[in-house]
Amino acid sequence: MTQLLNGSEILLECLIREGVDLIFGYPGGAILPTYDALTKYPQIHHVLVRHEQGACHMADGYARATGKVGVAMATSGPGATNLVTGIATAMMDSSPIVCITGQVTRGAIGSDAFQETDVTGVTLPITKHNYLVMDVHELPYIVREAFYIARSGRPGPVLIDIPKDVQQEKIEFVYPTDEIRLPGYRPPQKARPDEIQNALELIHQAERPIILAGHGILMSGAMNEVRELAERAQIPVALTLLGKGAMPESHPLTIGMMGMHGEAASNYAIQDADLLIALGMRFDDRVTGNLKTYARNAKKIHVDIDASEINKNVQVNVGVVGDLKTVLTQLLPGVKRMSHPEWLNRIRDWQEDSDERDIINREADVLLGAQVLNDLWHFTGGEAITVTDVGQHQMLEAQYYPHQRPMTMITSGGLGTMGFGLPAAIGAKMGMPGEEVWAIVGDGGFQMTLCELATAKQENVPVKIAIINNNYLGMVRQWQEFFYEERYYATPMFNPDFCKLAEAYGIPSMRVTEREQVAESVTFARAHNGPVLIEYMVQKEEIVYPMVPAGADLDKMIRRPKPNEA
Amino acid sequence: MTDKPESRKQILVALVENKPGVLNRVASLFRRRNFNVDSLTVGRTHRRHISRMTIVVDGSRNDGWRIAANLLKLINVIDVALVSQEPHVSRDLALIKVNANDADSRNTLTQICDKYPAHIVDIGPEVAIVQIAAQEDLVESLIQELKPLGIVEMVRTGVVAMGRGIRILDSQYEPVIPITARSGNGNGSFEAYSV
Repeated sequence: MTQLLNGSEILLECLIREGVDLIFGYPGGAILPTYDALTKYPQIHHVLVRHEQGACHMADGYARATGKVGVAMATSGPGATNLVTGIATAMMDSSPIVCITGQVTRGAIGSDAFQETDVTGVTLPITKHNYLVMDVHELPYIVREAFYIARSGRPGPVLIDIPKDVQQEKIEFVYPTDEIRLPGYRPPQKARPDEIQNALELIHQAERPIILAGHGILMSGAMNEVRELAERAQIPVALTLLGKGAMPESHPLTIGMMGMHGEAASNYAIQDADLLIALGMRFDDRVTGNLKTYARNAKKIHVDIDASEINKNVQVNVGVVGDLKTVLTQLLPGVKRMSHPEWLNRIRDWQEDSDERDIINREADVLLGAQVLNDLWHFTGGEAITVTDVGQHQMLEAQYYPHQRPMTMITSGGLGTMGFGLPAAIGAKMGMPGEEVWAIVGDGGFQMTLCELATAKQENVPVKIAIINNNYLGMVRQWQEFFYEERYYATPMFNPDFCKLAEAYGIPSMRVTEREQVAESVTFARAHNGPVLIEYMVQKEEIVYPMVPAGADLDKMIRRPKPNEA
Repeated sequence: MTDKPESRKQILVALVENKPGVLNRVASLFRRRNFNVDSLTVGRTHRRHISRMTIVVDGSRNDGWRIAANLLKLINVIDVALVSQEPHVSRDLALIKVNANDADSRNTLTQICDKYPAHIVDIGPEVAIVQIAAQEDLVESLIQELKPLGIVEMVRTGVVAMGRGIRILDSQYEPVIPITARSGNGNGSFEAYSV
């Protein structure tokens, strides 16, 4: 039996077949036929956001927490352009989302019609792929392709732009059952046997090997394989920011984050290593520092699903293109049991030196962001999904909130999008209602998307919002202190009373000024079954250590002085 | 590495789906990744749904592989070959309009053209059009020789190339939706190569 359906209904029928039950969006003229059709599909829940950027970040947070494709919807013109920051964020962090935008009617395209923007043109460089649907018959194929492209291979955002009259046109709906035919899209799977042999040879020759564990491990679900490799060959593991959760951070072989604000031990180890095994990471400049001096003594193995990442920033000895879980499954049977006691001891020495410098147990007369994050870790049992914004609090989270499980730390790494935290946390919580979700945000980034407090309240999403408030754009302030002779220009912030603001939205709130109150704040946050806002008043001048200045050698870090040097 | 001071030109051939916007995607990629394009040509093939691009870039062989990997990431790009790394045939077509307003210059022009695979395809009282279809270096050389006569207008197609012998770059691709099923909206995307 075929049914006569309009384009909007066909779209929703196809979304349901992709398993979509949640859409984050904002209506408007050109997408209205689809909003009207939503009334007939109660199995899809629509979340009304307050700004389309929020819709995109929510879909992104949902996708990163669940591993499923997130869906954002907006109208043409300004609705669609407001998605752009969110799409670019998802693109840089390989997050699978599908954005659906309304477009002016086909006949009006190109006429500068009201609310017309060339959205496929605008988003072309920041999507994995995009579509302008000019024929309603193509719509079922396009939706199927869009979801497949978004979630397979190296995931990423896909946008579907649908003219209003395509949404309204009625045709007989037949859901395609044949195979998806994308002749130019073949996500790689297995490694070539010679690549595996070459990698094994390097692993067995190495005396000071190190695994660089990236986001790709989580995407591929290769956590067990990575752990097996590390344990069998006794290889220490350093994590990228987005790779947090790829190895349990309590594991003795995990030495922590690498890069600009990474653990000093990780950075020293990379510079000292004779073999880098880079798994699902892309040698971002925030990870490598100066490329000319980066891991100079090391041979390099790089496994990535994206062939264009191999030899992009760092020239490698063995480049393997494939799915990490598949590749590691090919590799593991050949890996001999090894031990590197001397190497691991050297790393332990660096770690002990870092512990001596650590601030976490020092007495302070003001609340420190680092202590707040570490206490939040302690009082949430280290089990929460944390979603951060961008800045000092983000790096403090990475340093002081160790994660044991994959996909429990969600952050905008590649694009560094301020304003990401709150909406992404709402999306994550709606995707994983059984998990405790904390949005960790700074006072700066929070104000970029705080309108989504209304969304959290309207949907009664029990997301716990921790504002780490230093009344400064803290990370920029830190750069000004180190590199711009302490000229604190455009970084001090006038802030509203965040607790009163929460009250205006009907959201319970609490202000924390003493370290002793952090435990209480977690109890308070958990006591309310809805959004809760906690404002932590922290030291204005706090610095995130260590720091590799942009473009400097990775081991030339600015370190926190030891207590006896201070 | 044995990097001879050979030409830094890399020739890539890409088979792409004949759909609207594909040329835009490729051009956008080159701009975005800061690759230096020398020339880019696009045209139909013997298969209705497939177009073929020849792209000449300024760069090393490694740059060539990197560009190929990036091109392959585009969903509408079906296949890519770095033909400059294999035996190949390449041709550039040029139309060159030169001054030819007296017997001397016309004689010189004929003599020059005799040395090249070039023809005079149009001649009037003031100017003549010379056509050449040859390897790029031959075209360059002809242009140098014609300069003293006075070149007044010129157009080149950019290089097209094909690997020699049995290396075949082809695809049996047919689009999912047969054209007969498409509702007529004047789009005509499979007929014209629109951008």
